[in-house]
Amino acid sequence: MLWLCLHLPDFALEIFARGMSVTGPLAVVHGQGRRQRVVLCNAAARRCGVRPGMGTGAALALAGSLRICGRDVESERAALDRLAGWAGRFTPVVSRMPPQALLLEIAGSCRLFGGVDRLQDMVRRGVAELGYQVSMAAAPTPLAASWLVHAGQDVCVIQQSALAAALSPLPLACLGLAAERQEVLHGMGIRTVGDCLRLPRDGLARRMGPQLVYVLDQALGRIPDPRPAFVAPAAFTGSLPLPAPACTAEGLLFPVRRLLLELEGFLRARDQGARSLVLSLRHASGTATRLGLGLVVPSRDAAHLAMLMRERLERVALPAPVEEVSLHVARPCPLAPHSQDFFAPTHVAEDGVLIERLRARLGRAAVHGLGLVAEHRPERAWACAEPGEQGTAAGTESGRQARGSAHASWGAVARKRPLWLLRDPVRLEVHGGHPYLDGTLVIAGNRERIESGWWDGQDIARDYFVVRTRQGARLWVYRELDGGRCWFLHGIFG
Amino acid sequence: MSRQDPVPGTGVWRAGDAPASAPGVPSGFARLDVLLPGGGWPCGALTEILVPCPGIGELRLLLPALARLSRSRRWIAFIAPPHVLYAPALAAAQVDLSRVMLVHPRAAADGLWAVEQSLRAGTCAAVVAWPAVTDTRALRRLQLAAEAGGSWGVLFRHGQAAAAAAAAGSPAALRLRLVPAAGGVDVSILKRRGGWPVGPVSLDLEPDHAVAMPASAGFRA
Repeated sequence: MLWLCLHLPDFALEIFARGMSVTGPLAVVHGQGRRQRVVLCNAAARRCGVRPGMGTGAALALAGSLRICGRDVESERAALDRLAGWAGRFTPVVSRMPPQALLLEIAGSCRLFGGVDRLQDMVRRGVAELGYQVSMAAAPTPLAASWLVHAGQDVCVIQQSALAAALSPLPLACLGLAAERQEVLHGMGIRTVGDCLRLPRDGLARRMGPQLVYVLDQALGRIPDPRPAFVAPAAFTGSLPLPAPACTAEGLLFPVRRLLLELEGFLRARDQGARSLVLSLRHASGTATRLGLGLVVPSRDAAHLAMLMRERLERVALPAPVEEVSLHVARPCPLAPHSQDFFAPTHVAEDGVLIERLRARLGRAAVHGLGLVAEHRPERAWACAEPGEQGTAAGTESGRQARGSAHASWGAVARKRPLWLLRDPVRLEVHGGHPYLDGTLVIAGNRERIESGWWDGQDIARDYFVVRTRQGARLWVYRELDGGRCWFLHGIFG
Repeated sequence: MSRQDPVPGTGVWRAGDAPASAPGVPSGFARLDVLLPGGGWPCGALTEILVPCPGIGELRLLLPALARLSRSRRWIAFIAPPHVLYAPALAAAQVDLSRVMLVHPRAAADGLWAVEQSLRAGTCAAVVAWPAVTDTRALRRLQLAAEAGGSWGVLFRHGQAAAAAAAAGSPAALRLRLVPAAGGVDVSILKRRGGWPVGPVSLDLEPDHAVAMPASAGFRA
C-alpha cells in the first residue's frame, strides 16, 4: 500500500476564488457578529496587510475593496467530493479527509503512470489546473502520509521499515491531539513523534489513554487502518461561483474550462464519455441561462469540449452578468472503443470532432448527411440524415439496388437524375409553345412521365424532359399534365 | 524520359522536370489525368474551377474522383451548395452517401471558416465548396489548410466572379476553366504545378459514359 495525501491549505478560500484568473483582495471569514474573524485571505489581501485571525472590521479598514465570503462548509464538502471524483482518474481508491485533504492509494497506479514521481507530478499539475494549491506526501500508511503533509514535508516514503525514521522528527502538533493532552506531553518534555515512540508503551497508554498508542501503531502500519473509499455519483454536477460577475465569453470560459477538467477526470475514472452537457449560467437576479451541448461522438476531452463551449458562449447574448457557472452531465455514456489501423494511421477516431466544431458555430441543422428514400416523386426520394449514420444503411441499400439485377432499372433511372434539385421548382416562361429561359430551351432527351403519390394527397403528374440552354447547361424541366400545363425548372445537371 | 539540366552540373532544373508531387486522385478521365501533375486531382491542395454558368457538368467532372474518395473512410464535405444536392444521383454515381456531409453556413464569413476547418481537420478526403466571396488572402489560408489536412479542396466560381477571378492571380495549386461543349465540357488548365497552362481538352460527360468508370476498391487516400 502506498497512500498519497493531498492537502489543500487554502481550500476554503479557493472554492470562491478559482472561478477567475485574477481577483482582487478576498477573504474568508468565520464566526458571528463581533467575533467574526478572517480565516484565510489571498495574496492581494495580504499585500494590503490583512492577516488570518483579524477581525472583519479591521480587515475592511485595511483593504477597502476587500471582498468578504462567509465560510461555506457545504460548498467545501461538495468541492471536495468533486475533487475526489476527479482524482479517481489516478486510482480506484480515493478517500476523503474532510475538510481539506484527500487520500489516494497509488501502489497499483505507479506503474501505469510511469512511477511515483511522474504520478505525483501529474496530480500536482492537474490539481493546479483545477485552481487549487496542494501539498502532498506519500507513505505506506494513510496516517503517516497525512502527518508528513501537515508537517510540510513533501516526501515520499515507500518502505514501511523507513517509516519510524521518517516520522520521528515530526512535531507533536501534526498528530492533531486535543490541546490539553498535547500540553501534558509537552510538560513531560516530549516534543516529537520520536519522543513518544521511545517511551514504554504500557506507561504511555496508562498516562495518555490507549488512543495515542493505537494511533501511533496505525501510523507505523502495525495495525490496520481501513479507510472508506469514495464512491462517485452516477451523474456529474459541478458549480463554480465567480468572485466577480462576468459578462464576456472569455471571462466565462475560464471557469467553464475548470469545470470541464473536473468532468474529464470524473469521466476518465469510470471510462466514460459525455454526449450531452448542460451549462447553466446563473445571474444575480436568480434566473439562469442554460446552454445545451450535444455531441456526435461521446467525448471527455476537456480541450475539445472547451473549444465547443467557446463557440457556444461567443454566440449567446447574456441578459445580465453571470455570478455562478454550473455544468451538468446527467447520463455519461460508454466511449465507443476504436481500433487503429496498424499500417496507415487514419483520422477516423476523430470523426465527430469536425462535425461538432461546425455545429457548435453554425447550428445543429446546418450540418447533415444524405439518405435515400424509396419514392418515385423526385423531391421526396432523398432525406437529410445524421452524417455517417442513416446514410450508411441507405447507401448500401441503393448500392444493392443499383447492382442487383432485380433493381437494375432503378439504377438506370437514378443515373438519369440531375445532381442538383431546386428546392422550389421555378416556373418557366413559354415562348411559341416552347419553354424559355434566356433563350428557347432545346429538348435533348426522351420524355419521362412520373405520376405518383395519389395515396397521400401530394400527388404529382408530370412529364420530365432534359433540355439544353443557349449557354450549354443541361436542365431538368417538367410540364404539368393537369391544371395549367405549365413548364417548371426542377433540376440542373451540374 | 531523358532530360538534361539546362546548365549541367549546377543543380538548376526545369520546373517541368521537378520530382512529381504526391500522386493525385485519378479523375476518371484519362485525357485529363495526363495533364494534371501527379496524374490526378491534387490531394493536400486547392483546386479552383471557374465555370461561366452552373449546370454545364462541373460536378460530373468530379464525380468519379469523389466516388473513389468516398470509399476511403474520410468525409466528402459539400459546403454552401447552391441547390439541393440530389442524393439518388450521387448514389447512382457510386458515391457512398454515408461519407457525405453537407454544410449550410448562413453568412459568407462562416462559409470560409467552415471550408478552412474542414480542410484543416484532416478528416475530409475532399471539400467541395461554393464560396460567396474569396480574396487572395482567404484563398491562401485555404491552400495552407488543405496542405495541413491533406484534403482535396475544390472551389467553384460562377459567372462574374469566375471572369474576375480568371484575370486575378490565385494561390490555388490548380485552376481550371470549363466551357460547355457538345456532350461534355472543354477544360482549360489555367495554372498547374510544374507545367504551363494547357488546354483546352474535351471531356465526354454524358451520364452513361461518365459513371461507367470501373469501381476500384482498395484505394486508400
